[in-house]
Amino acid sequence: MIPPRDITLLVNGREYSVQVEPRKTLADTIREDCGLTGTHLGCEHGVCGACTILIDGSPVRSCLLFAVQCQGTAIETVEGLATDGVLHPLQEAFWEHHGLQCGFCTPGFLMLAKGALDEDPSLTRDELREVLSSNLCRCTGYQNILIAVEAAAARMRP
Amino acid sequence: MSTRTGRKVGTPQGVVGTSPLRPDGIPKLQGRFEYAQDLAAEGMLWAATVRSPHARARIASIDIAPALAIGGVHACLTADDVPGRATFGLEHPDQPVLAAQEARFWGEPVAVVAAEDLDTARRAAAAIEVGYEPLEALTDPEEANRRDEVFRRMRIRRGDQSVRGAVVVEGEYEVGMQDQAPLGTEAGLAVPDGQGGVDLYATSQYVHVDQEQVVASLGLRPDQVRSHPTGIGGAFGAREDVNLHIHLCMLALHTGRPVKMVYRRSESFTGHVHRHPAWLRYRHEADRDGRLVRVEASVVLDGGAYASTTSAVLANACYFAVGPYTCDSVAVDGVGVRTNNPPCGAMRGFGAVQVCFGYESQMDRLAHALEMDPLTLREINALETGHPLATTGQVIQTPLPTVEVIKSLQAMPLPEAGPSDLPTELPGGSGLTSEPQHVTRGVGYALGIKNLGFSEGSDDYAQARVRITDSGAVVETAAIEVGQGLVTVLAQIARSALGISHVEVAHVDTSKIDSAGSTSASRQTQVSGGATLEAAQRLRERILGQFDGDVLDDEGVWRGDTLVTPWTALAAGDWEETVTFRHPPTTMTDDNGQGVAHADFAVAGHRAVVDVDVELGLVKVLRVDTAQDVGLALNPQSVRGQIEGGILQGVGLAVMEELVMGEGVILNPTFTDYLLPTILDAPEVEALLIEQEGSWGPYGAKGVGEPPTISSTAAVAAAIRAASGREIERVPVRPQDIALP
Ligand code: FES
Ligand code: FES
Repeated sequence: MIPPRDITLLVNGREYSVQVEPRKTLADTIREDCGLTGTHLGCEHGVCGACTILIDGSPVRSCLLFAVQCQGTAIETVEGLATDGVLHPLQEAFWEHHGLQCGFCTPGFLMLAKGALDEDPSLTRDELREVLSSNLCRCTGYQNILIAVEAAAARMRP
Repeated sequence: MSTRTGRKVGTPQGVVGTSPLRPDGIPKLQGRFEYAQDLAAEGMLWAATVRSPHARARIASIDIAPALAIGGVHACLTADDVPGRATFGLEHPDQPVLAAQEARFWGEPVAVVAAEDLDTARRAAAAIEVGYEPLEALTDPEEANRRDEVFRRMRIRRGDQSVRGAVVVEGEYEVGMQDQAPLGTEAGLAVPDGQGGVDLYATSQYVHVDQEQVVASLGLRPDQVRSHPTGIGGAFGAREDVNLHIHLCMLALHTGRPVKMVYRRSESFTGHVHRHPAWLRYRHEADRDGRLVRVEASVVLDGGAYASTTSAVLANACYFAVGPYTCDSVAVDGVGVRTNNPPCGAMRGFGAVQVCFGYESQMDRLAHALEMDPLTLREINALETGHPLATTGQVIQTPLPTVEVIKSLQAMPLPEAGPSDLPTELPGGSGLTSEPQHVTRGVGYALGIKNLGFSEGSDDYAQARVRITDSGAVVETAAIEVGQGLVTVLAQIARSALGISHVEVAHVDTSKIDSAGSTSASRQTQVSGGATLEAAQRLRERILGQFDGDVLDDEGVWRGDTLVTPWTALAAGDWEETVTFRHPPTTMTDDNGQGVAHADFAVAGHRAVVDVDVELGLVKVLRVDTAQDVGLALNPQSVRGQIEGGILQGVGLAVMEELVMGEGVILNPTFTDYLLPTILDAPEVEALLIEQEGSWGPYGAKGVGEPPTISSTAAVAAAIRAASGREIERVPVRPQDIALP
């Protein structure tokens, strides 16, 4: 076994000093070592997108990264989405438009949509469908997820 | 006592018929909601499961010594360590907690281990040496039937068996094995209480039945085991059976430490039951006007290695084998066989899905043979209130708007002629493989029917408690919220019945309340909702009686215009009411399958529009529109959510979702290979909710969870048939079924 390493991760603006084996995924590290269990694992191998987080603003699948790769990056998880208890427009819109049922896929969709809309808040409905097609939801049939993301996009436009 | 006057008249917020926001929305959206995966306890160990790599094998030996020699391993348990009943099962306890002499399906648990961390637990599981002697696996359902390896046979005979029709259509149909694939896998935590008992927090649809099974297999007193409702990432039937529950409790009691286990996705595919694959044979006979005069059906379901709910699924498949149609001469024979394939059990639609593909394919064939419009044929034969169910003869007492469903589908506008020039809208999606000139459009219809609640004489009840609190009231229940929105709707019901705005729902453990039954069979809104309604109504009456008031609202009890008891005074009292609700009784049917087997029914219809590239065998499902019998939509937004999600699972079964078996082995137990629909596979949905009074559910509500999944598959198959001209006798429809028939 390769010995654990001491690393520091910057998650939601806070530094976490953790000791991890080099093969430990970022998803497991965030959940177990940082105690941020809002990032979920649905498939553990890069298909479902439930583990989507932002690294330096871009959506990535945290089950496909090692924690040791992520030193020096800015990591954002669903826990950092609301600021001072005020919901992010995406969170508000998902709530209002019933964009979640069991909610297991929700953090992944929120972070995916945030990354995409931060980069380009003018994405059209068809473009949004393509973006959202990278994540799986088993409960909603996606209709309300799309409606929620569109509604949030309208609110996020400058 | 206050004597303030001047009551503000108005309805409380968030009552039935409105769509208040989910109370669990905020924690779920902030990542604070605790799913079973997220549980942790001081001093917790991690568990892993050793599973049979053979579909059938004799277990000659198990050597746990190499695993115990690994530092940090605290327990390796096998069948010998099960303290109580060696088996479990929802209907018949025939499934070993851990396989003893023989493993009977691929992935069957043989041993469990607990260790300081997950990696160590997995290494220990891999280190256990099991001496398997592979045996010949029985994986062919027909062969199982010949050998009389069966869980149940069903025989239904109704009416004059000699009736013959002028027009006859026959068909054979096949339905593949679908997986519920809830996005959260099985997970749980068991915590020993230090006095020989245990608290279990695990993914479940039915905590009381988990508790009973843990009690039996651990040889404990019922009061020593408490099963707690826990956050769950979807269910769809996959959580009805016990899987890791007994294992976790054994390990926790053995080690004296809290023990956690989370199934990986590949393990989840073997760790829960699946939708039964089905083989159907049909013969429909009609007169020249299209009236069904005779239906014969044969239904074979592969139950896999253990019983699970195969008996009940088979019964449902047979009772609904004719669909929402009248017919006075019916013969149905069904069998649920035992094989060495993975155990099958509950999945949304529970037997009604498989036969719907069969009878609706037949109705289309019949329409074709009669040169009749398919919806007209369905309307001529529509089963409605007052008619006997074609199979059991039970006269339908509650509203069943079958004709209205058909008329609604007829009236829905069709989308513009296609195909679209957007590449993502073409069959095959953005792979750009289809060319618009090779694409043809098809439209297909299907209707489905299903029972609501448990059937065949089962004592189906739910208990709920409504308690007055400082801020309003709380509904206490052991019913499981799987995402469907029960947590919203129970509060709505209590608000309406009490007349107040602030009601919360608390999920309490098995020691604090009696069973709510399973979150399945589309039943909780009706049954737990019924208990909540009655408890709230009684509580209100008692409160008004006590204070001689005539109105209860957020401020307290009013007599005319005077507030005679403010809320603070009410909250200081000990006001609570507990009600056990039972739906109208049902009975087991007789030897001919005749009787009042069901408490209520729901009907729905779907119209699918697809584009098909016949050369490449690719399908794009553009729209699935629906009309659904909902009784009363207590929360229209949640009802539509159930409809949209349920339809997509039906679309999945129609065009992509199948567990592919090879000699009893699941060949595609990952999300890479078991395909789930993404948003680009999801059709647009227009849903018409048909409301009618008269069901026994609260305010006339019917269960709505399953109907969307029942006929959507058959409608998509019909549309593919219309577009491609192929017979389409199997779902999921694979490219080769279209391109290389
Ligand atoms: S858990 Fe990472 S993509 Fe599924
Ligand atoms: S809400 Fe359950 S998986 Fe998306």
